[in-house]
Amino acid sequence: MSSDKNNVSRRDFLKTTGIAAGTLVGGGLIGGLVGYNIHGKGTSTLEHGGHETTNEATGSPKAKMFFRNERDFSILSKATERIFPEDDLGPGAIGLDVPYFIDHQLAGNYGSNSKEYMQGPFDVGAPTQGYQSRLTRAEIFRQGIQKMEDEAQKRYKKSFNDIDGKQMDEILTAFQKGDIEMVGVTSAFFFALLRAATLEGAYSDPMYGGNRNMDGWRMKGFPGHQMAYITQIEDAKFQKIEPNPLGNH
Amino acid sequence: MAKTLPSVDVVTVGVGWTGGIVAAECAKAGLKVVGLERGQKRGTEDYLNVHDEYRYAIRYDLMQNLSKETVSFRNDRNMKALPMRQLGSFLLGEGLGGSGTHWNGMTYRFLPYDFQIKTLTDKRYGPNKLGPDYLIQDWGLTYDQLEPYFDKFEKTAGISGDDKNKFSGKRSNPYPTPPMKKTPMLAQFEKAAANLKLTPYMVPSANVSEVYKNPDGETINACQYCGFCERFGCEYGAKSSAEITVVPTALKTGNFDLRFNSNVVEILKQGNKATGVRYIDTVSGEEFIQPANAVVLTSYVFNNAKLLMVSDIGERYDPTTGKGTLGRNYCYQILPGAAGFFEEQYNTFMGAGSLGMCIDDYNGDNFDHSDLDFIHGGNIALTQTGTRPIGSNPTPPDTPTWGPEFKKQSIYYYTRSFGIGAQGASMPHKQNYLSLDPTYKDAYGLPLMQLTYNFTGQDRALHKYISARAADIMKEMGAKTIVPNAEITDYNIVPYQTTHNTGGTVMSLTPEQGVVNNYLQHWDVDNLFAVSAGNFAHNSGYNPTGTLGALAYRCAEGVIKYSQSGGSLV
Ligand SMILES: Cc1cc2nc3c(=O)[nH]c(=O)nc-3n(C[C@H](O)[C@H](O)[C@H](O)COP(=O)(O)OP(=O)(O)OC[C@H]3O[C@@H](n4cnc5c(N)ncnc54)[C@H](O)[C@@H]3O)c2cc1C
Ligand code: SF4
Repeated sequence: MSSDKNNVSRRDFLKTTGIAAGTLVGGGLIGGLVGYNIHGKGTSTLEHGGHETTNEATGSPKAKMFFRNERDFSILSKATERIFPEDDLGPGAIGLDVPYFIDHQLAGNYGSNSKEYMQGPFDVGAPTQGYQSRLTRAEIFRQGIQKMEDEAQKRYKKSFNDIDGKQMDEILTAFQKGDIEMVGVTSAFFFALLRAATLEGAYSDPMYGGNRNMDGWRMKGFPGHQMAYITQIEDAKFQKIEPNPLGNH
Repeated sequence: MAKTLPSVDVVTVGVGWTGGIVAAECAKAGLKVVGLERGQKRGTEDYLNVHDEYRYAIRYDLMQNLSKETVSFRNDRNMKALPMRQLGSFLLGEGLGGSGTHWNGMTYRFLPYDFQIKTLTDKRYGPNKLGPDYLIQDWGLTYDQLEPYFDKFEKTAGISGDDKNKFSGKRSNPYPTPPMKKTPMLAQFEKAAANLKLTPYMVPSANVSEVYKNPDGETINACQYCGFCERFGCEYGAKSSAEITVVPTALKTGNFDLRFNSNVVEILKQGNKATGVRYIDTVSGEEFIQPANAVVLTSYVFNNAKLLMVSDIGERYDPTTGKGTLGRNYCYQILPGAAGFFEEQYNTFMGAGSLGMCIDDYNGDNFDHSDLDFIHGGNIALTQTGTRPIGSNPTPPDTPTWGPEFKKQSIYYYTRSFGIGAQGASMPHKQNYLSLDPTYKDAYGLPLMQLTYNFTGQDRALHKYISARAADIMKEMGAKTIVPNAEITDYNIVPYQTTHNTGGTVMSLTPEQGVVNNYLQHWDVDNLFAVSAGNFAHNSGYNPTGTLGALAYRCAEGVIKYSQSGGSLV
């Protein structure tokens, strides 16, 4: 079975069943596809935060489904940028739309822990027993972000949004070490979630709202969705391959 | 009130590899088989958009929905067991094909030593090598007896491999398809291993290397090395699994009735015969009784043991008295290894679930343990399964876990690092076992399976020794920085390790030593069979499914024999 043949048959399948790739994506995967360009080509323009942004084929839907106010969304954004900052390799979390990715995830199954065992009784347990909180991830993020704000006010008498990067790192480090008091969950657990979600947003398929323009993949040398590597798998040379998103086929 | 359905010859609980094999063989033999699967129908056509790391590898789209059922866990009896609320340490299957849908496909045969571990260890090292807390025992079936069944499973699945492993038990036939392609990384491992006088060979693979038609007439396609294999279904139908092999075979006979959304909650029994099973239609909520002449549990390690316990069949293991066999000998695996950081770049994102080279020089009793404080060992492998960017952020030691340095290093080393890993054999210990949880319940009101498990002294010693061997090979491969795996402490259910859970429903030569005989027929109830890696009396240094597939064929033969002759088969 050649890879070309497969490529064709997959596209044919999509055509013959009358399903545009974008529809498949929108219908099946996530709800957060407001403004997603279902044709996978060209650009669409969206209003966002008082200025216009261009949403390319592999750009991201910019609408908030979980966060209710700009302050909290901005705290989340700045924290993720400290975790995965912009540098000479390319964009950081904000440039990759990671905060939108996290917002959309929190609004869905991920945020409500719908595939997890959430029955009580709840006991703290040993670290080897893992997550034992009655809180959902959405609740943990809400609380954690408020605690980040409280901590900034306590330490620097300013909003988390107004402190400098070094100060943010100090607060994030305190969370990471479990030094911040949280209810029903340790701050270390919240930090671990935040870090994991940041990486997920930087590197998941752009249809989830992050990894804008696939720049996360491009920085890392990951080609995204490719049909097959059977013709290159034995090559000694490193293969630079332009990434391809799932929504493109 | 449960509705009673017309009786059939055989009912299987679960339709993964084991359920599929039993169904296919029995249906081919003319028996009427019902397969009850709690999950949904799925197949190659559903994997069209499967190259999605986030959905499938990170959020576990194909795996068990824990909101309905999970296990509870504690390290020892002094702790309160708590539910595994999120998937982690192992990824349980659900839906047609079970976890054989999202497996890697590495398909080994356990070593001849494994099946006679007690006899052979005592013979070489004297009777007290491990001490009385370890419950090692012979399996009640030798490698040579199981060989024809290994051969049959490999032919059904079209396993690709070379025949270069000098430690392997005798093979009656070569692998049905040639080995997978050898990548530069693999060739580098091969050279290093050969320099160290070791015996490298290609990992036997169910990612089939060329289009193959199996003896049942099912076609498996050729692997495309797409890099989205383990934790994913194969969009090409190139990764051997129940839904592209044995399930279609069973369906073609016209003797197989496959029912989805059917969660079995009880094995029904009258005297010392099973009369059928009770199950719940998870969509309508209706309850059904499916009578059958033979009941076969094929619902994975945990649910096979759980169904026996909740149905009160067999004596449960009591760690205080040592009495009872049901739940005893639960084993897992330990993961020694070493990471290497290189200057050259590798195509790490390409690969296949079973693409790799390995050695058995430090597995089983292939090396002398006289001066070592452990037995057995592990298969040491370099695999190129296709690393993906969310899950793979390797950094050299002392790199921060976030911030600018983390970003820079994790991106740089994404294509410049890989690991040599081993699957360390796990020996059964008195204090490691399965039982019913007294507190937590599943969605159907049944107790959760409770897991009491910790790593033992044997595990720690083995882990340290094998990690050092992996580091030796990594050094010979020329890594710039080598990081042997940190010594193990307590077993932790959070990080993924392997879905190689074993024990709990051990097979044995005598009724005192196990739950089922070597046809996987229950010692107390002769029309009840239980097949899973739960039958393993200990866990070896390999992935389980090759041996499990062989046992499933053995079990099918037992069910067919039973249907003709009745009674105990041994
Ligand atoms: C990520 C991953 C990688 C793996 N890689 C390898 C590998 O490379 N090599 C290898 O040898 N093995 C590997 N394995 C392990 C391998 O997948 C299993 O050994 C094998 O699939 C087990 O088959 P089974 O039939 O015993 O159980 P399963 O495949 O788990 O099937 C059991 C079925 O029973 C159903 N069921 C359970 N309870 C009930 C109930 N009460 N009522 C109705 N139905 C029920 C389940 O839904 C499931 O479909 C891997 C596993 C995972 C998760
Ligand atoms: S690597 Fe091969 S077997 Fe695995 S999913 Fe891709 S094509 Fe299928």
